[in-house]
Amino acid sequence: MSAPTPARSVAVPAISPRLLAVALLAVGLLLMLAYLVAFDQGAVSQSGMYLHELMHDGRHLLGVPCH
Amino acid sequence: MRTFGSVLVRGLLVGLFAGLLAGTFAYVMGEPHIDSAIAIEEAAGAAHTHDAGGQAVPAEAEEEPLVSRTGQRAGLFLATSLYGVSLGGIFAVGFALFRRRLRTGSDSYAALGVAAAGFVGIVLVPFVKYPPNPPAVGDPETITKRTVTYLLTVVIGLLAVWAGVAASRWAQRFGPAQWIRLGVGAAAFLATVVVAYLILPSINEVPGSFPATLLWQFRLASLGTQSVLWLLLGLGFAAVIDRRTPVSQSEVVAA
Ligand SMILES: [Zn+2]
Repeated sequence: MSAPTPARSVAVPAISPRLLAVALLAVGLLLMLAYLVAFDQGAVSQSGMYLHELMHDGRHLLGVPCH
Repeated sequence: MRTFGSVLVRGLLVGLFAGLLAGTFAYVMGEPHIDSAIAIEEAAGAAHTHDAGGQAVPAEAEEEPLVSRTGQRAGLFLATSLYGVSLGGIFAVGFALFRRRLRTGSDSYAALGVAAAGFVGIVLVPFVKYPPNPPAVGDPETITKRTVTYLLTVVIGLLAVWAGVAASRWAQRFGPAQWIRLGVGAAAFLATVVVAYLILPSINEVPGSFPATLLWQFRLASLGTQSVLWLLLGLGFAAVIDRRTPVSQSEVVAA
């Protein structure tokens, strides 16, 4: 109660195989989101070129090759 | 101790916040240059046949863009927000996986360190080899090549950061002096980057007639956008992850 725990500055749980699997799944989904913004031309969004054109200025200003 | 889910949600929220503010920076500092570049593009396009942004555009829509310029200006915020959420989540996962391997007792320093590593690897290394270009610069025929080489520079940038950190830790065997570790780390980072730059193809598609001032104003606005994003990602994540303040407060209460 009174003694400070030495591990208190490490604010994350230890890595178990199950946690690693969840982490990799999350990274996969998040990379798909980044792909949707940066590179997708309708294949993922299924919106034709609409989302691609909508996020056009963002792509240029984020430094992604566009057109 | 925070659960993995709690760390991830914090990363997503910080990413959304950083993305929105980076979008605001881009709107103020970048949009005027995009407008100027599009004006140049349209003036050039009037001379020859204009290829309106790719495939699958209905014939009658040739002069009617799919999304208006006003829509694209608003879409800038959607793009930077979604990009921020994605990076924030990946940042949180990276932090959770690597936190115990970082040699600092401070979660704030750890978060800022991860942000600095990400900014150097994902933004600076690609920026120096392939600086971003405004509309009207770039040959649509080479978009696949430019995309692949850009992604390669991102991967190489992260590898170079890793090489620098690994080398500086390895150099500890030569003594406790900081300058040896820093020097060896910097050398490993630079060697990786320079070799990759020499191997990767050069791409320069800036037309000779394109104003150099506008080109570099746009590039600095783009670099500024990414800087705001990564700075807020690091600071914001440090703010929501560091537990020392609540712990000391509870100690004060207990005392
Ligand atoms: Zn474009």
